[in-house]
Amino acid sequence: MSEIRFTIDGKACLAERGQTIVEAAKANGVYIPVLCNYEALKPVGSCRICTVRVAGRYMASCTQPVTEGMAVENTAPDLEDMRKSLIEMLFVEGNHFCPSCEKSGNCELQALGYRYKMMVPRFPYLWPGRALLAGSPLLMLERNRCVQCLRCVRGITSKAGRKVFAAVERGPHVTIEIDPKLAAKLSEEEARRAMDICPVGAILRKEKGFALPIGQRKFDHTPIGSDIEKGTGR
Amino acid sequence: MTTEKDIVLKHPKDPAALLDVIRDVQSRFGQVSDEAVGRIAAHLKLSEAEVRGAVTFYHFFSLSPRGASTVYLNDSITSRMAGRTAVAQAFEQEAGCRFGEVSADGTVGLFPTSCIGMNDQEPSAIVDGVVFTALTPDKARAIVRGLRAGTPARDQVASFGDGANQSDLVRAMVVNNIRRRGPVLFGAHESGAGLRKAVSMTPEKVIDEIKRASLLGRGGAGFPTGLKWEFCRREAADRRFVVCNADEGEPGTFKDRVILTELPALLFEGMAIAGYAIGAKTGVLYLRSEYAYLRAHLESVLAGMRRQGLLGKKAAGAAGFDFDIVVKSGAGAYICGEESALLESAEGKRGEPRDRPPFPVQTGYLNQPTTVNNVETLATAARIMAEGAAWFKALGTTQSAGTKLLSVSGDCSRPGVYEIEYGLPIADLLDMAGGAGAKAVQVGGPSGSCVAPAGFGRKIDFSDLATGGSVIVFGPDRDIFEVVSNFMEFFVDESCGWCVPCRAGNVLLKKKFEKVARGLGTASDLRDLEDWGRLVKSTSRCGLGQTSPNPILTTLKSFPELYAAKIRTGEEFVPEFNLEEAVQDGCAAAHREPECKESLDE
Repeated sequence: MSEIRFTIDGKACLAERGQTIVEAAKANGVYIPVLCNYEALKPVGSCRICTVRVAGRYMASCTQPVTEGMAVENTAPDLEDMRKSLIEMLFVEGNHFCPSCEKSGNCELQALGYRYKMMVPRFPYLWPGRALLAGSPLLMLERNRCVQCLRCVRGITSKAGRKVFAAVERGPHVTIEIDPKLAAKLSEEEARRAMDICPVGAILRKEKGFALPIGQRKFDHTPIGSDIEKGTGR
Repeated sequence: MTTEKDIVLKHPKDPAALLDVIRDVQSRFGQVSDEAVGRIAAHLKLSEAEVRGAVTFYHFFSLSPRGASTVYLNDSITSRMAGRTAVAQAFEQEAGCRFGEVSADGTVGLFPTSCIGMNDQEPSAIVDGVVFTALTPDKARAIVRGLRAGTPARDQVASFGDGANQSDLVRAMVVNNIRRRGPVLFGAHESGAGLRKAVSMTPEKVIDEIKRASLLGRGGAGFPTGLKWEFCRREAADRRFVVCNADEGEPGTFKDRVILTELPALLFEGMAIAGYAIGAKTGVLYLRSEYAYLRAHLESVLAGMRRQGLLGKKAAGAAGFDFDIVVKSGAGAYICGEESALLESAEGKRGEPRDRPPFPVQTGYLNQPTTVNNVETLATAARIMAEGAAWFKALGTTQSAGTKLLSVSGDCSRPGVYEIEYGLPIADLLDMAGGAGAKAVQVGGPSGSCVAPAGFGRKIDFSDLATGGSVIVFGPDRDIFEVVSNFMEFFVDESCGWCVPCRAGNVLLKKKFEKVARGLGTASDLRDLEDWGRLVKSTSRCGLGQTSPNPILTTLKSFPELYAAKIRTGEEFVPEFNLEEAVQDGCAAAHREPECKESLDE
């Protein structure tokens, strides 16, 4: 049971052994923003938006286990500004046009942009040229919107355990590819899961759009993280 | 004729063999074709996307053809200082294609590459695995002509370097340039003496001896070696591994090349000692692809040590201590010098760092407890066991015991390796190396610090200027902005792309820096450089991003006057976008003048 005592911004919290800071914070009703982190998938610390500070050191709270007596800084103004910077970086690194995106309102990047009151990114837009992959029967990979969070890489595998999505290239050229042979065999359910696992509008189910109207979507009325702060988060 | 299929099928059906298969296919066919990707995926039970992911991660692998022969010309700043531009032009003229392309007849491909560990004999290139040093435009042309005339690269090496470079198994034109032999690495050593002493003690006592010697990791980070071994030994496991990091990729570092050439037996002895100390049966030497020309030599030294009984069953005659060493090759990725990325790569995957915890001493190679040590650290450990901790501690300073092997290059008359005692001021090193009048010294490579003359009293040790061994001297006429630009380009190219701040942040930093360098900066741009640099350092996932802003941040500190002279004063903001230039570009593209020219001129 709860056996580790620690604090987040001075608030006394309890954690179970082996829990990461993000998990423990959630259980204590404290929201730490995440983007690449997803439910039961192994955390990979790629977006760094969950960066917290412990004893002067910065760390990704999605991969860092809680230890006894740990004093976590979560909402210090400079930390929050770092997170906002990382969100802005993601907006300039890809090509994100929210008004025309099927995921608008359900997009976690967009929701983070709102929560962090992003107006104009402090960085210049990089306008990368990224090809859209439409070769698989059920799915479309709109890589202009991809944030390389690796959720699809981790979460969508074939029955034999092969990766349906994989990262190719490196550095600023990293993109996600979908394996054409495995993609051809995806079931309707697997395709929907791939779309749902994607935090942005990069993986889209073909032929079906805007099933849920704008106005009824996940982040249309309350900011991302509200459920955790109200203690209603899963 | 060998087909792709033959090559793929001779490898085990094990995903860990992925990089080995790719390497074989690439080396035989100059590319990994779509068909080969399909065969490899089917054989190893991976998805094709995963195979493509591995091929595209490494610099020396390619999905598209790289030519019947491939030239990889080093693009480090030292290479540029030594005349790379003219050499590159000569290659392009003779080959009839630009860098990044393959000639129309398919015979020669030209590609740039990051530092290949020859900074003391630039400009250098790797042609079909053969190293060419001290290139000139004439030599470059001759190489291409020779390749087209059917003379393989290896037959174009006219004379060999010194020492083991001349041996039948190496036959390289590389020179060692050993300028200063210190007592530790270059002291007289009876082969096997350290290992025999170690196995006469308990493993715990061996770890104690290394701890008493205060040996700190020589790769630059300076983690106590004894402690690392102790952590690894304490982990409950059936198997443990010793991994030697021979992937020195920090531009300007080449000291491990000299150890691997001249002192490989000492290194392997150190690996065996580490194996005994932690309770491992297997050591893995992860050799950077750029040093593949040393592989046959290293394998032969290993075979000799097996014959001497220093490796294999009952290594060094110790009952119950079976230890052997295998060599694994890299494929061109600076990030694989980061220990957890190295482990991923050694397991046949993309060289992307892991999250810590768990640390490699807990979950390392094949998920077993692993100690990853630098080449120099392991060779030094062997000497410590032979001579004793007290002897070692008497060298260097109180906080930084022993000696350090430095690779000195750039504007100095005696470039090469220097084994110095810790605590040596930069000024003294410059005297030794003939680098008088330097404008700046880069200590620790691009990820280290750029030191101005006012700091030449600073010392090389762990409490002041820690370094993995790279020291680059910049003479009075060098442009520091060109240096910084080259270094930032390097980090952009070598980032693995896993985390946001390193993947996007370095591109943004480089763009902002270049704006300043072009004379379009203001005081606010300098503040941005500092803020963004701090952001990337603080939030990046591994050591690459945590140090990549250093070229900018350390020069802002060391050379504030250079930046002050570059920026515009009295202006709050200068846009990067220049309307007039953009209009001119547009006119040139459209072959017409704008009708509203007058209004633009107003």
